Amino acid sequence: MVTVTNYLSDGFTLRSWLTTHDHKRIAVLYMVAITAFFFLGGAAATMIRLELATPQGDLVSADTYNKLFTVHGVVMVWFFLIPSIPAVLGNFLVPLMIGAKDMAFPRLNLASWYVYVLGGLFTVAALVAGGVDTGWTFYTPYSTRFTDSNVILVILGVFIVGFSSILTGLNIIVTVHKLRAPGLGWFRLPLFIWANYATSLILLLATPVLAMTLVLVALERFTGIGIFDPALGGDPLLFQHLFWFYSHPAVYIMILPAMGVASEIIPCFARRTVFGYRFMAYAILGIATLGFLVWGHHMFVSGQSMYAGMVFSMLSFLVAIPSAIKVFNWTATLYKGSIFFSAPMLYALGFVGLFTIGGLTGLFLASLALDVHLTDTYFVVAHFHYIMVGGSVMMYLGALHFWWPKISGRMYPEMLGRIAALTLFLGFNLTFFPQYLLGWLGMPRRYHEYPPEFQLLNLFSSAGAAVLAVGYLLPLGYLGWSLFFGKRAPANPWGATGLEWQTPSPPPKHNFEEQPVVTRGPYAYDPVR
Amino acid sequence: MPTIPFDSRLERREAALLAMWAFLVTEALFFGPLFFGYVHGRIANPAAFVSASHPMHVVLGTLNTALLMTSSLTMALAVRGAQQGKAIRLWLALTALLGLAFLGIKASEYWMESSEVAKASGAELTFYFLYFAMTGLHALHLTIGIGVVAWLWRHAARFGREYHAPVEVSGLYWHFVDVVWVFLYPMFYLLERYNA
Repeated sequence: MVTVTNYLSDGFTLRSWLTTHDHKRIAVLYMVAITAFFFLGGAAATMIRLELATPQGDLVSADTYNKLFTVHGVVMVWFFLIPSIPAVLGNFLVPLMIGAKDMAFPRLNLASWYVYVLGGLFTVAALVAGGVDTGWTFYTPYSTRFTDSNVILVILGVFIVGFSSILTGLNIIVTVHKLRAPGLGWFRLPLFIWANYATSLILLLATPVLAMTLVLVALERFTGIGIFDPALGGDPLLFQHLFWFYSHPAVYIMILPAMGVASEIIPCFARRTVFGYRFMAYAILGIATLGFLVWGHHMFVSGQSMYAGMVFSMLSFLVAIPSAIKVFNWTATLYKGSIFFSAPMLYALGFVGLFTIGGLTGLFLASLALDVHLTDTYFVVAHFHYIMVGGSVMMYLGALHFWWPKISGRMYPEMLGRIAALTLFLGFNLTFFPQYLLGWLGMPRRYHEYPPEFQLLNLFSSAGAAVLAVGYLLPLGYLGWSLFFGKRAPANPWGATGLEWQTPSPPPKHNFEEQPVVTRGPYAYDPVR
Repeated sequence: MPTIPFDSRLERREAALLAMWAFLVTEALFFGPLFFGYVHGRIANPAAFVSASHPMHVVLGTLNTALLMTSSLTMALAVRGAQQGKAIRLWLALTALLGLAFLGIKASEYWMESSEVAKASGAELTFYFLYFAMTGLHALHLTIGIGVVAWLWRHAARFGREYHAPVEVSGLYWHFVDVVWVFLYPMFYLLERYNA
């Protein structure tokens, strides 16, 4: 019997994992870490939905509730969503998909993970020390002058984790530029690579702005002088501009990689080449670019100039064009395809539907007059959860299923995979669709109690959250099970075209036995007859 | 000896240069909110910014500018020397010493200004907040730069015609730090002269 060493059997000690330079192992380290944070953020969300099951604020106090939604936001945004697809699947797949031996800077890659963990420790320390109640947005002057919670500690955590994002982005950009296999020109790159490349550009351009802005908040809180507090001659709108200059593009950091995943899965299970490849690539770049020009739509009612509001409104509508190109092209890819409803495909189809709803309701919020009514209501909460959870989390899970055979060398149980995908789709809609209605009826966000007439819809939402919880625990269970008991995966279980499927599952240490050469574009699927 | 994942030293050098350029873009945006905050503060309180800049030591600031510009020259000579396979220790030492001299003068300025800051009020405090934040962050970058140059000095024997990417990459960083100062100098020292 010949034992071939793959990256998983390259060492079994904890030390061999914690000192690895292999991008695939680092991806697994990230997966473990972000899964822990996902369930931490999920626990906070569970408490929120339990509190909101009844109109009275009876489960937790108003202060505790503020801390719960702050933890939920901070943990989910910076410690789960932003690193999710780029740091786990991007790390694992970018070198494989472009035929490289590793990321351009393997040691920097490992350092990024440690930076992430360090940032996480600061944030957890802040939670243990009593939490923060500013919301994930840290609006001044509340965060600098009034709150007595652990703002500086959390800011340090977010600041540190930002450098993990920046370094991962840097690594991906250089890898894509310098390590593509012979014959792999830019317009032969899989769309997943385009998406991660564009995401990395945003990480590089936006994250430092947030980092410095948060430093300024911490300094202002610490020294009592600064540029954000009006009592000190500062301007709170300046903070909001700087914060959203990062935080709006951050939405695209979360959704672009998800779009990249959908663009891999849909052609594979429709057995067709992706419709309009170049348009898809340009749309990714278009979204990344426009994403930097729309931050003011978070500030329509904050007192910014009306003319600025009009410009930001118009630019926000423009984002719909490349987004719609993507949705139409995924749909057109399905047309006359031979569609297999495998678990990854169910996630991807669910993603397209949920992203469409999330995107269209974004247009409500981009229009000035409607936003005055809808801002700071549950409509906004529902909208961004459709994008971030319905979009990013669904596609993160879809990606985990699709590439699970490659990552683990095992097949997951297909039927359970499909059941989980459907459970998540139903649970998600039950949780968040009622929140659109609640917001439309005027229920504001961030309160732990509400008038009794909103209870029915809130009950639907809380019930949906319970279904969602089942949907998230299912994959945790059966993916873990498959690590030990799953069927051994062949190199290419889906008959997919990417380079990553041409190497064994799991791949050997430096990915390919010999340097692959690319002779055609991506997604060259033959129709099933 | 090329290292995984690169096939050649040339490939590795190109990747390192691209990475540093990308990092410097990030750095520029890292300074961004400070510059933005300065512009905002100065438009809102022009008079206070001018009066707050009054105690700045223009002569020392100008001298420091000259020192840093000279250090950029010596750094450039070190990079050129490494590419041509010449000895670079002298240039590296001069670069680090000029950087240290800058930091020394800056520290003495901080010392002298501290009494002025104690007297400041209102938007003048905003000016000093930005002054200390921006020049402090710049000094932090310069300190890191001096450390890097010292490291290059220690390993200078390794660099030559074949292998000099670390010198080039450090040079890019050093010039970036100098360019930041070129903006800081007029923003904090020359306000009064512009308005006079």
